[in-house]
Amino acid sequence: MGYYKQNRDFHEARWDEPFIMEMGNPGERGVLIPRASKEVREISGDVSELVPKGLRRKKAPVLPEVSQMQVLRHYMRLSQETIGTDLNIDIGLGTCTMKYSPKVHEQLVRTEKFQEIHPCQDESTVQGILEIMYKDAEYLKAISGMDKVSLQPAGGSQAIFANVQTIRAYFEDKGEGEQRNEIITTILSHPANPGTAATLGYKVITLYPDENGLPDIEALKTAVSRHTAALMITNPEDTGIYNDRIRQFVDIVHEAGGLCVYDQANLNGVFGLTRARDAGFDMCHYNLHKSFSSPHGCQGPGAGAQCVSEELARYVAAPTVEFDGDKYYLDYQRPDSIGKLRAFYGVPSVLIRAYAYIRSMGADGMKQIAELSILNNNYLIKKLLEIKGLSMPFARGRFRMEQARLSWQELTEETGVTTDDICRRIVDYGFQDYFTSHHPRVLPEPFTPEPVETYSKDDMDEYVAAFAAIAREAYTNPELVKGAPYKAALGARIDEECLTDWSRFATTWRAYRKL
Amino acid sequence: MKKIGLIVNPIAGIGGKAGLKGSDGEGTYLKALALGAVRESGRKALIAARMLKDVADETEIYTCPGEMGADICEAAGIDYRLPEVLYQGGAEDTIRAARVFAAEGADLILFAGGDGTARDIMDAVGMDTLVLGIPAGCKIHSGVYALNPRRAGELAVRYIRGQVRKIREAEVMDIDEELFRKGQVSARLYGYLNIPDDTRMVQNVKSGGTYGGEDSVEGLSDYIVDTWEPETLYIVGGGSTTAAVMKKKNLPNTLLGVDLVYEDQVIKSDCTEKEILHIIREYKRVNILVTVIGGQGYVFGRGNQQISAEVIRQVGREHIIVAASRDKMLHFVGKSLYADTGDEEVNQYLAGCMRVIVGYGEYVVIRVEV
Repeated sequence: MGYYKQNRDFHEARWDEPFIMEMGNPGERGVLIPRASKEVREISGDVSELVPKGLRRKKAPVLPEVSQMQVLRHYMRLSQETIGTDLNIDIGLGTCTMKYSPKVHEQLVRTEKFQEIHPCQDESTVQGILEIMYKDAEYLKAISGMDKVSLQPAGGSQAIFANVQTIRAYFEDKGEGEQRNEIITTILSHPANPGTAATLGYKVITLYPDENGLPDIEALKTAVSRHTAALMITNPEDTGIYNDRIRQFVDIVHEAGGLCVYDQANLNGVFGLTRARDAGFDMCHYNLHKSFSSPHGCQGPGAGAQCVSEELARYVAAPTVEFDGDKYYLDYQRPDSIGKLRAFYGVPSVLIRAYAYIRSMGADGMKQIAELSILNNNYLIKKLLEIKGLSMPFARGRFRMEQARLSWQELTEETGVTTDDICRRIVDYGFQDYFTSHHPRVLPEPFTPEPVETYSKDDMDEYVAAFAAIAREAYTNPELVKGAPYKAALGARIDEECLTDWSRFATTWRAYRKL
Repeated sequence: MKKIGLIVNPIAGIGGKAGLKGSDGEGTYLKALALGAVRESGRKALIAARMLKDVADETEIYTCPGEMGADICEAAGIDYRLPEVLYQGGAEDTIRAARVFAAEGADLILFAGGDGTARDIMDAVGMDTLVLGIPAGCKIHSGVYALNPRRAGELAVRYIRGQVRKIREAEVMDIDEELFRKGQVSARLYGYLNIPDDTRMVQNVKSGGTYGGEDSVEGLSDYIVDTWEPETLYIVGGGSTTAAVMKKKNLPNTLLGVDLVYEDQVIKSDCTEKEILHIIREYKRVNILVTVIGGQGYVFGRGNQQISAEVIRQVGREHIIVAASRDKMLHFVGKSLYADTGDEEVNQYLAGCMRVIVGYGEYVVIRVEV
């Protein structure tokens, strides 16, 4: 039974590829556009006249001039230098929920029925996609227990942002906008919670975990006051520990007059087991690309769902998708709405996949997702913790749900090999580098795996075997690990400090050239 | 080429194993030897020194003769130079060597010892030279030491390779060893040294850059200044965090003492407890501004004893403002802060959860224990 390889003798392609901006030659083109016929030219007139004068460029943009074949080759090479989730056992990206995204969903997204519709089309001609979005929202209402859903947000953080905007709108209406200027969160909740709160001008109060690994409830009692606007909390937190006092947290905040927002970006551990509204929360959000399965990573495509209670329904991001018993339509007539968050109507490709996923899993299937991902995680942790130097020091003995934050601290103390070294070395074994921790690193030398529900026992065994091998290397030849990666596309190690040195940041080609 | 000084306090840590709680004072040292103590510091310095071998081509080592350094370098197999120092024996030799190394242009002085050694280094070079401690003493309260000798060596190597460029201030703390041997713990903040700032512990590569302790202090200082209450006397405790607030307000500051500020003026610098009690009588509204001192997290009782139990009693708990950088507070996740005013009643009064300002409009709520 079972089949896995201890060592696949992996070696990634390595191309010393220039930036596309550095390639090509003046006049080189990918597509040669034929000159319009005389007849057409006569009707259209001078093309440049079609652009209003104030919008016309005086100088042509500096774009790479590269022919088709060279462009294709460039991107094929780059694609060989990545390790995608379909290529490796992608257990390491804990909190990202890298589950298998069924390929049949890609066929749905790629049909011309979807590919060839345009957001400016009349509603009567796009009833199909509107129906899918409407039903997505209905399912999410059932899954969360909430009363109103907006599918506007393009991702999790934008959904959290929408929730903070909703908090603000709600208290402004109540005349308590000035007074309620504090938002409470926990150090192990996702950083987008304090981040969005601070962006919208709230003071942020952070709770630390107590000796049990749960957010300190005594600290919460001290933190709440007439200034409390909301509690924004993730559960289970990054540690995989489920906060079984969550109802008490909600009650304490409600008693102080604040709202409660559940960060359910990753629903995998509690899918079908708990509902935000049942725990008393006023709002929650889902990252639909995670638990509801879309291929994601490297900034997209994502989609966030903002879910709120009846009391807050009028504030959600517009437009919402509604059904009048006859036809589906986009509702912009929401005067109290926090407004639009982005162009058009959310990210429909992800919403289609979410719909297909919900329909194919069903209610029982969803519960099974949670059960399997918890089971997988507990198998994985047990195997991983047999590795010398790896431990789970935080809140010892407490049950972990769908993910866990482990620590290589012992190995680091004994060998000098750090989690960042192992993160690079694992690539030599044909796995994507893993997720250490959200900022800040509360646990030393962190490592956060999440095996979700789709990885098999063989997959997990192979994954564990690679880490066991690296730990042996660390104890016998630490320099080997510290010098990694050797077989990855990126041969040389990047100077870590450049990642926090703003003066060396460049987000555009123009900025890069100025460095 | 980086010039690295290496100074080993050969007797640091000797008292610990002999159960003498420290090795300050010649009598203690001789007593420890008589009790059969083994010199530990050389062994610990060697762990760090061996790591410097990797960067031998980029490094010039200055050290002291014999067990103060040369023996360690020999054992580690690294080349070294012995700058001319007038050694006279005793703890003063550490100070003499550090001064000469600094004068010769050392980029970083690595020293192995304990809190006493850190104080000697501080007396010798102050904040003019970058230093880093290899922990070898039996009591380490000072923040200038790496977590263990290996980490010290690693950080030194990263610094030599140019991978660590940032610098931060770290506390030099020590306890009164006479009192300590009698069973009384009373640590003091003696000052600060500059050490390489290894942000790796708190840095998260995935998030693509974060801001560290320095920006956090900048933010919290701005916040405290922006929310400074009018017609209120501020009792400002010692430490570099409160010093940053005073700098923001363009006020002179006593780094290791308590200053009294009203509106935009310092009423009295470096006050004693008596002076504080005398002056606060004249003010209706009084706030106390303190930071968290030392690795054990004291809000009161270490480094600001002038803000006594009686002062706290008169000012009131709700008028205490605690500020500390986000990085510093991370050390206390799952732990508590402490207050030790020497007065049990006031200690109990301070116990419980408290807000700590960690940035602009950013707080952490944490327990204070006694």
